[in-house]
Amino acid sequence: MLVIKDLHAKINDKEILKGINLEVKAGEVHAIMGPNGSGKSTLASVLTGRELVEVTHGQVEFNGKNLLEMSPEIRSREGIFLSFQYPVEIPGVSMVNFMKAAVNEHRKYKGLGPLSASDFLKLLRERKELVEIDSALTNRSVNEGFSGGEKKKNEIFQMAMLEPKLAILDETDSGLDIDALRIVANGVNKLKRPDNAVVVITHYQRLLDYIVPDFVHILYNGRIVKSAGKELALELEKKGYDWIKNGEDL
Amino acid sequence: MTQKTTISPREELVSLYLENLDMITEGSPDILNRFREEAIQHFKLLGFPSVKNEKYKYSKIESLFTKDYEKYFAPKKISFRIEDIFRCDIPELDTHLAVVLNGFYFPNNGLTTKLPNGIIISSLAEAARNYPDIVGKYYNAQAENDTDGLVALNTAFVQDGVFIYVPKGVVEEKPIQLINLLLSTENQLVQYRNLIVVEESAQANVLICDHSLSPMQYLSNVVTEVHVGANASLEMVKMQNEHNDSAQLNHSYIVQERDSHVKTNVLSLHGGFIRNNLKMLLNGEGADAHAYGLYLADRSQHTDNYTYIDHAVPNCSSNELYKGILDDQATGAFFGKILVRQDAQKTQAYQANNNLLLTADAKVSTKPQLEIYADDVKCSHGATVGQIDREALFYMQSRGIGEHEATLLLMFGFAHEVVKQVSIESLRDRLDDLVEKRLRGELSRCNNCPMNCC
Repeated sequence: MLVIKDLHAKINDKEILKGINLEVKAGEVHAIMGPNGSGKSTLASVLTGRELVEVTHGQVEFNGKNLLEMSPEIRSREGIFLSFQYPVEIPGVSMVNFMKAAVNEHRKYKGLGPLSASDFLKLLRERKELVEIDSALTNRSVNEGFSGGEKKKNEIFQMAMLEPKLAILDETDSGLDIDALRIVANGVNKLKRPDNAVVVITHYQRLLDYIVPDFVHILYNGRIVKSAGKELALELEKKGYDWIKNGEDL
Repeated sequence: MTQKTTISPREELVSLYLENLDMITEGSPDILNRFREEAIQHFKLLGFPSVKNEKYKYSKIESLFTKDYEKYFAPKKISFRIEDIFRCDIPELDTHLAVVLNGFYFPNNGLTTKLPNGIIISSLAEAARNYPDIVGKYYNAQAENDTDGLVALNTAFVQDGVFIYVPKGVVEEKPIQLINLLLSTENQLVQYRNLIVVEESAQANVLICDHSLSPMQYLSNVVTEVHVGANASLEMVKMQNEHNDSAQLNHSYIVQERDSHVKTNVLSLHGGFIRNNLKMLLNGEGADAHAYGLYLADRSQHTDNYTYIDHAVPNCSSNELYKGILDDQATGAFFGKILVRQDAQKTQAYQANNNLLLTADAKVSTKPQLEIYADDVKCSHGATVGQIDREALFYMQSRGIGEHEATLLLMFGFAHEVVKQVSIESLRDRLDDLVEKRLRGELSRCNNCPMNCC
């Protein structure tokens, strides 16, 4: 589904990604872990098309198409979803209008007509229940005045509405208490299907107790320095990142 | 070099007044006539406000008057049936309707409508004859003829306009709608006058829609005086939707007595040149004033809002929010003055002005001015000028919404903060609709409606 080959990228002339190779297949869950500043969020930015990041070398293919040539909205319509580390507040734009616009743009891309008002509300209700998001949140402006936990739940709710093929969760666990973490993780698990994939970017093991990865990759200094099964996350939890930084046991 | 002697627009208007004095005063009620002489003297002295006048710093006025306009001292006969051109189709919005055509009250089964509950909607000239006690008491009581030449000019020339009277204790749920139409085969200068009196403990909703229907050049110089009695409540929504060859100069004066509530909302959707002056005098303790405004301008349009909130007595509150979106080479201005007089302790006054500039050529000037002479008050103001939020745009794009559509949604959200202050739901929804259409570059007009009315 996603094939990243020798990806280099820089922000303001500083090289952040220094040759990433990664393949994600349908049905898989990948975790990308690593210390602060290792390039995790930059990788998410490259995949979603944030202007700030400039790709200097390498390729990214998504279902056989060149991802790097696509605008952010086309990537979304092709099935990529980013759960933001810091969801943006948009005063004056209601969640309902925001999601209606997004869902209908996705449908248009697939050659489908817009959903009727009643069908849309039905979908909204269903997905809200699925991810256990508070009903009142969708009546408010996008993320405006939401608590940290509400913002992250709202990201998962949007994911449920758009049903992406590849979901990238960028530190979705940060700032969540244990109950919110469980709700968010349950949402992601309920949306998991054999034909979609998830990339979880996190510092900590605790989210991976709920969203169990097939592969764990350690990103350090712009490169994936180690890949293994889920046991790698436990090892990291025990030993910290220092052994990676010190270059031991690679 | 040859010396050219040209007559200035000021001199031209003064001689127009003198030459036509008989026609101007003939058939006009004494209440209107008795202020003319003094007013023309003020105008002669003051002339047009120049950009050196701080209040008019951002708008060039005199050049508007150099064009050739027809001026009428009696309504020109235009025969049409109101139903033929006006079918306001706001769902579920039923209003008491008054129409002003080129500055004159358009007869709708006569010049005066009196509702069973005592509310009067009338031609101002007619009302000055029929209800001299009420009109005489409030007419020209607030207009600043001695400091603003444009107001003096209106007082000198005024022939008609609309009078709305809501008697003591009457609560009217159904909005009163004034539609100002410009429809003619020649360029016109129109100067009419509205007087709105809401007596003690009464409640009313007034919706004012300004439209130009024919592609001529128009200049409107309009004064509206509003008196809101103790414990009374008034909401006034003004929608300006005129074409690019029209210029509007509006002067609104509102005085509020004890414990009264006033909410004004001026939505400048379209117009070549718009200048809105709003002066609110909080004259009785416990009075509460809300002033909202939204201006959308593109191409070479110009919109300028000047507000002046006068906290004259203690324990009053005021809240202002004006927002603007300027595209292309459009220019805009907001000048918001708040005066808190020495006695006006426990005043709460808030003001905000936020602007979005869509291009590098669009310009806006924003100027808050707080003059506070009392020491126990809560006042704040804030002004912003910015561009579309790139982070919010990326967030929306990352959900599949195209850049253009996402930008529109953001602008729409920005504007909605003002529109949402309109209390009548059906009107609010329609205004949201019109704002959206306007931002999409479609003309703001009702579906199925041949006129640009809301």
